[in-house]
Amino acid sequence: MKNILECHNLTKKYGSKVALENLSLSVESGKITGLLGPNGSGKTTLIKIVSGILNYDQGEVFAGSHKIGIESKKIISYLPERPYFSPGMRVNETIKFFKDFYNDFSDDVAVDMLKSLDINPDAKIRTLSKGTREKVQLVLVMSRKARLYLLDEPMGGVDPAARDFILKTILNNYNEDAGIIISTHLISDVEKVLDDVIFIKNGHMVLHKNVDEIRSEKGKSVDALFREVFAC
Amino acid sequence: MDWKFNNDSPIYQQIMEQIKAMIATGTLKAGDKLPSVRELAIEAEVNPNTMQKALSELEREGLLCSKRTSGRYVSDNPANANILQEEMMMECIKIFIDTMKKLGYSMEDCIQFIEKYWNNDI
Repeated sequence: MKNILECHNLTKKYGSKVALENLSLSVESGKITGLLGPNGSGKTTLIKIVSGILNYDQGEVFAGSHKIGIESKKIISYLPERPYFSPGMRVNETIKFFKDFYNDFSDDVAVDMLKSLDINPDAKIRTLSKGTREKVQLVLVMSRKARLYLLDEPMGGVDPAARDFILKTILNNYNEDAGIIISTHLISDVEKVLDDVIFIKNGHMVLHKNVDEIRSEKGKSVDALFREVFAC
Repeated sequence: MDWKFNNDSPIYQQIMEQIKAMIATGTLKAGDKLPSVRELAIEAEVNPNTMQKALSELEREGLLCSKRTSGRYVSDNPANANILQEEMMMECIKIFIDTMKKLGYSMEDCIQFIEKYWNNDI
């Protein structure tokens, strides 16, 4: 399979603090990869660099054949940790926004998903709960036909039933030509939808492996392995 | 279909076991058509590649077969269900005997218990 993401010797510093150090990794199309690590390990920094909203200090990053930049943004759909729409916007205005921004966005898909979630398209963002705002944001991000989806904590603020919906949404929109990267702490919830996991710790990659291989080799779940590797 | 997964073994193996159980119990019958990989993956909430791997393995074992254009079927071999039934029975018996031995019961005790409770709810 072809790599949809490649990082070579990527280094990012915030002042004197090193967030990512000499990080090299690759992610294949057609795979759902979990990006796992404790707080402050560099997950969000990596995702922001790949999405093109954060500069890096050294190394190279490619999405498909594009170096990260304007062209890469066309093929990457990014779900940030926190929804970014202004509280005064209506849900259907956010749809127009995405349609205007992205050629690969399908408003039909978005409208269908919002309907199945019982979200009123005329509602103002302000009137929605935190969980519902996150769902709206996810619906928009998954309604693009991107080559790489970067989902930063997609289930952070939602209840368990909504988590199931989110996982189903991700599986529904999965296709062989795209890669999906999910960063999360809720490992046991996402474990069965992942192909591979990447563990990062203090800006270094400590493991990149297939989930079923971990289970057969170690006789334990990814969640259990995570607790072992990152025991405090 | 009702899918459940534990944390001990690879998901694809657990999918295989559950499909085997469906064939053994007759929930899936010889010649039945299976839903697509994508549909099954969404239903079980697992990765499509994992579902694909489980189905390919079951095909390799001869329990499923795929017809090029029309999808995947339960193999048209009624003997398969019997073999799987017997395997599941053996597995249950093994666990039962192991547990009873650990609890210190004799074979005679066990036979008595089975006779006593076979037709009654415990």
